[in-house]
Parts: sequence; structure tokens; C-alpha cells
Amino acid sequence: MTISLPSFHNGEPISLASVPLLSIREFREEIIAAAGAGATLTALFGTPAESGRVRLFSVLGDPVAGGLAALSAEVDDAYPCLTVECPQAHWFEREIAEQWRIEPQGHPWLKPIRFQAPYRPPGRTWARLPGVTDFFAVRGPEVHEVAVGPVHAGIIEPGHFRFQCHGERVFHLEISLGYQHRGIEPALVGGPGKRTIHMIETLSGDTSIGHATAYCEAMEGLGGVAVPARAQALRAVALELERLANHTGDLAALAGDVGYLPTAAYCGRIRGDFLNLTAAICGSRFGRGMVRPGGVLFDVDPRLAADLTRRLDNALKDLEDAGRLMWDAPSVQARFQDTGAITAETCAALGLVGPAARACGVERDIRQDFPSGFFRFAQIPISRWSTGDVFARAWVRWLEIQRSGVFVREQLASLPHGAIQTPVGAPRPDHLVVVLTEGWRGAIAHVAITDPNGRFARYKVIDPSFRNWIGLAIAMREQQISDFPLCNKSFNLSYCGHDL
Amino acid sequence: MPSLFFTRLRQGQRTLPFPDAGPDLPERFRGLPIIDQSLCPSGCDACVEACPTDAIASDDSLAIDLGRCLFCSECSNACPQGAIQFSRQYQLAASRRADLVLKTGQSLQLAHRLADDLHRILGRSLKLRQVSAGGCNGCEADINVLNTVVFDLGRFGIQFVASPRHADGLLVTGPVTRNMSLALEKTYAAVPHPKIVIAVGACAIAGGPFREHPEVLNGAGAILAVDLFIPGCPPHPITILDGLLRLIGKIASPAAAHGEAP
Repeated sequence: MTISLPSFHNGEPISLASVPLLSIREFREEIIAAAGAGATLTALFGTPAESGRVRLFSVLGDPVAGGLAALSAEVDDAYPCLTVECPQAHWFEREIAEQWRIEPQGHPWLKPIRFQAPYRPPGRTWARLPGVTDFFAVRGPEVHEVAVGPVHAGIIEPGHFRFQCHGERVFHLEISLGYQHRGIEPALVGGPGKRTIHMIETLSGDTSIGHATAYCEAMEGLGGVAVPARAQALRAVALELERLANHTGDLAALAGDVGYLPTAAYCGRIRGDFLNLTAAICGSRFGRGMVRPGGVLFDVDPRLAADLTRRLDNALKDLEDAGRLMWDAPSVQARFQDTGAITAETCAALGLVGPAARACGVERDIRQDFPSGFFRFAQIPISRWSTGDVFARAWVRWLEIQRSGVFVREQLASLPHGAIQTPVGAPRPDHLVVVLTEGWRGAIAHVAITDPNGRFARYKVIDPSFRNWIGLAIAMREQQISDFPLCNKSFNLSYCGHDL
Repeated sequence: MPSLFFTRLRQGQRTLPFPDAGPDLPERFRGLPIIDQSLCPSGCDACVEACPTDAIASDDSLAIDLGRCLFCSECSNACPQGAIQFSRQYQLAASRRADLVLKTGQSLQLAHRLADDLHRILGRSLKLRQVSAGGCNGCEADINVLNTVVFDLGRFGIQFVASPRHADGLLVTGPVTRNMSLALEKTYAAVPHPKIVIAVGACAIAGGPFREHPEVLNGAGAILAVDLFIPGCPPHPITILDGLLRLIGKIASPAAAHGEAP
């Protein structure tokens, strides 16, 4: 780095005044240099500046040292894009262009990502009809185009997929989203309010615990309180149960997509067993109402802990059986292996996260790199594989299931004593806090910026899907179009978490 | 192959006996909220203020709109007297939007069977096209789960189909975003007559946590006539199944009793 940036930790609030305000030239140089040296572009977004300009904020993460750095620059209507030199920025810059009507000049793929109204008046930058954009097209003999969605064949969220095919072979897939856009970010401004936590829990409703934990750690950082250890442990248990349920559901879906029905049927049921463990703790299968600023709302007494452990062991035993069938079936392996492969270099350049990144051999896990909450005291080993294909993405989930299972059992047997809640003070004014958690899909990033009254001037949510949709598009290149459902399930990304 | 066989034996028969036997719900399950007006201190609006979706009104007595309710328990936690409690009643589906506004001492009028002419056509074979229009994947996931061996939806003659042209109706989730409204309208238009619409979850009924955002239409009712409302955030799968079975007459709904708690 050319300028030394002050470093801070996951969840540690810093005063807004301490965030360097650089020229756009310095801002770009810093980000490009840091990304070139292995930093992750944790966040890049705009906020309104007093001058009527837009202040771009960037958060860089150093996964080796575990430190974060923030920097900013003010821009008018255009600036030279980062994407060409730092591909991790590509989706962030498209978002900035759409939200703030700023042109990242030279961006190779500048199109709307959500078809939303811009935050900065007046009017609009692009036509607002979702899915209406100039899709990349391939022309030539025997080249054809396949359009799918927004309404798909299953019980699944909406999105539009445009394939450029040569026979069965896919040259290129372009993914156009935004159908799920509910206007969450503008609704969070001026908060926190009584609806805030409910929007957070449902911004990607299968990741309620992951996002609620990130939000609560942000509030606790800004409020300057330490959460009781027992509450932190229960949050970690809930987070890993969320991972167990979703990973198991993904294995069921993958088995189903290659027509291997025994594992599909068993895992589909066992996923529900894990959801029911979460419901036994807090009454909701999706963990709604479990995590709140200051702690958790539901305790686990020794009787419940014993019951949960017994049921967890049964579910894991059934899962071991159901999974083994699939791993031992050559017909399944033939479909999984070498399908939809991504290289580690591509993965790192695009900034993919979660099991999709770990399946490429990239060692990236918030629980290890930037631990917060209970993961500072209890570690879960990182699960990796190296082939980057559908098999690797499935196998990493399988490994993570084993490790999360061990973790939950250990924590239930040794929950720290004490309270499960503590009062949280008002958020500090004019501060910025970055919180990272490892949701089941990968790194969740929340950035809260408070105004002089301690209200949210900006609350930025970055769901792992925001980073990983491009991974699916890249994985489909040179694949058979019939393998799209399989590749899609191997990522299983959130539409609403992306669209917000 | 032998391992397939033995695994099949070990995994066993897992389909719930519902509706012949009641479901096994978690102890902390939050079902139908019950208001005890006698415990409600006059002049206190703690529950009204705590509710994130303005589901509670306190004009002359308390009333809860189950269509807006997230079953989050902010109200019962806020009440100093415990005048609102969440019961374990999982049956929540209603045929009319107005039936979901639950006043003190009133039991919930559960959904009635389809009208005779529709029931004759759809009662034994109901094919539904699901459309998520801003849903968070909570409702979608707990609808999907009805297809697992645990609930085995197919045994009731209900099936989710891929094409609206093969469907008898739509099952809508999500607050209906402006970006999905055209797709929802087109999907509805593609369903042959006669057709029904089912709204599942607080979002599809009234906008849920996104109510009144300019980007959403506050639910399916804004553009479609809804025949069945299934409240919850998300509703438990058994609540959804119960609603569907009432609609096709496989569970009978008694007329609601007035003046006594359900």
C-alpha cells in the first residue's frame, strides 16, 4: 500500500473522521495495490456527501492479518473504473452506477443489476423494466439463444438467465436479476427502528441467523457493549444449525438433479430435522426471533441441550448413511466430477466466497480469517477441496456438515454460564462499523454508518450471493446446457439477498 | 445395491400421519395469538407501538390482523400484563381477508371448502404453479418441504407443476415487488379457467416486513383476487398443508364461535 491505512477489527467501530478521504486517483491506487497484494474487496459503495457529490467508501480485508481498512473518495458523475484492474469490483461498480447515477468509465459490462430507482435524483439512468437490457449475444451458424425466467419451473425465486448456445454447448450465460428488489437499503436509513431487525431477518430468509448476527454485532459495536458469552455461544450454535440444514438441503437437491432419488429423499427429510432443532430453540424453523441486539431471546437449559444433542446425533447418523450412498454411486460421481469447474485463479480474481471458493482450494472463511463473537474462542477447521467443480462444491458442504455437527455437539455440552442478554446503548454518532460473518453461503458483510444523531446514514448489506452469481455464469462456460440445473444447485444462491 | 436396501430399512417410514393425528410441534412454537382483554390495562398501547408491521389496533378493544402479523412476539414481550399470548394453534388459514382481523373473544373463522362447482373440478386433483414475487425463500422453502416424504403432498392429490398452463391456480409468496408484478400477471393469465389464487405468508397477504415500501404492492391482493390466505412468517409447513386441505374439503372447518377463546 502506498499510504498506510489505519487497521481495525471485525465489529470494531471507528469514527467517520478517521476514514481517510482521498482523491479518486489515490483511492483507486490503494484498492488496486491492496487487491493485487491479496486483500479482499469487502465493500465498495456510495453514500451521499454534503457537497451534493457522492462519497465512495471502500473496505479492504487482509485475510492473513485479520485486519480491515476503510478509505473513501468523493466523486461527481463519473470516475475511471476499478474493474479492469481489480475484477473483484465489477458487481460493486455496476451497483454504484445504478444507485447513484455515476459512471465508472471503462467498465466492460455496465448494465443494471437490480432495475431499481436511483437514490440520487433526478430520474433514472436505465429503463426500469426488469430484464430489459442489451444482453451479450453470439451470432453465427447454429448459434442459438435460450431465455429462462423470471418464473422458473420449480418452487424457487425469480431471475432471468440468458444462454448463448452452440448445440448443447453453452458459450456464455448472462444472469439478470432484480425481480426480488424490495427497497431494503433505503428503508434502513434513519434507523434502527422497530422494523429493522425484521427486514434483516428476511432480506435473505434462509440466512436469518447469519444476517441477524451481523446486524446485532454492528449494533453492539456501535453501542459499545460486550455480549455475554452464553449468548455468543447460542448464536454460534444457531448459525451452525442454519449451515447444517441448508447444506443438507443442497445435497438433497444435487442428488435430485442427477436423478439419484434415495439421497434426495433422505436428505430432503433430514434437512427438516435440522430446521426443527432451530425451532426447538426459538420456535421458528428459520431462527426468526432468536438473535437480537444484546444477545439472544431464547435460552437452552440442560434438558433441552440433552434433547437437542440426541436429535442432532440421530440426524447426523441418518445423514451419514444417506450421503454415503451418493458418494459411493459411480453414476452420481460421473455427473458431479468435471462439471462446472472454476480455477482458483478465477475464483480469487472475482472474489468468490463461501463453499464455492473453498471448493476451488481458496482458503477463505470469515470464522477463521476475521473471527467475531464466539468464533474467537472456538474454532472450526476450514474445509477445502481443489477441483472447483460440482463435486467439490458438494464435497465441501459434506465436510462442513461433519465439522459443524461436532461444533454444535461440543458447544451444547459446555455452554458458558451467565445471562443471555445485556442492554445495548444508543449507537455512537458519526461512526462506521464493518461486521463480517460466515453465513452458510459465504461471507456476509454489513457496513453501518451513523449520522450526527446516531441514526443510520447508510446501512450496506452484502450478501454472499452478491459476489457469487458471476461464479455460476463463469462455471457454465463450455458446459452442456442440460447441466445448468446441476451447476445452479451447486451454488444455490439467493435472489432476494442479492436484490435487497 | 445391498447398502441401498439396508439404508432404506434404516431410514424407515417417515411420513406424518397428518391429518389423522395432530402434528408434533416444537414447545416454543408461536401459533394463533390470543388476546385476554381483561388483562389489557386501559391507556396502554405498548403492544401497538411494539408491533413492527402495525398489525395491532386498540380502538375500543384490541384486534390483531393475522395477515400482517409476523408471529415475532414483540407484542407479547412488550405487554406488562401478558394480555397477548401466542397459543399453539397452528390452524390459521382463512378464506376472506377480513376474517384474519381477530378481535377479542372471537375465534378465527378458518378457511372453508371451495364452492361446489370449483370443488367438483379441483377437489380431488389440484395442480398449483408457485410464484415467488419478492419472497425471502422462507415461505418458498417451507412450501417445498411439503414435497418431501415427511408431508408427502401428492397423497392428497395436490401437486406443484412447472407450467401455469398445467395449473389450476397460483400459490403466491412475497410482497409482490413492482419488478415482479408483470411476470405475476402474465403467469396468472396463462392459467386456464377456472383458477384460484392462494397467498402464503405475511408478505403475500399484506406486504410483511416490507409493507408500504414504494418498491412493493403490499401483497398478491393488489392485483389478483385471493381465495385462500395462509398467515405466518413463514407459516409452519403444517399450517400451509392444513390450509390447502381445508380448501379442498379434506379437513372440515366449523363455523367460528363468537364470545369464547379458541
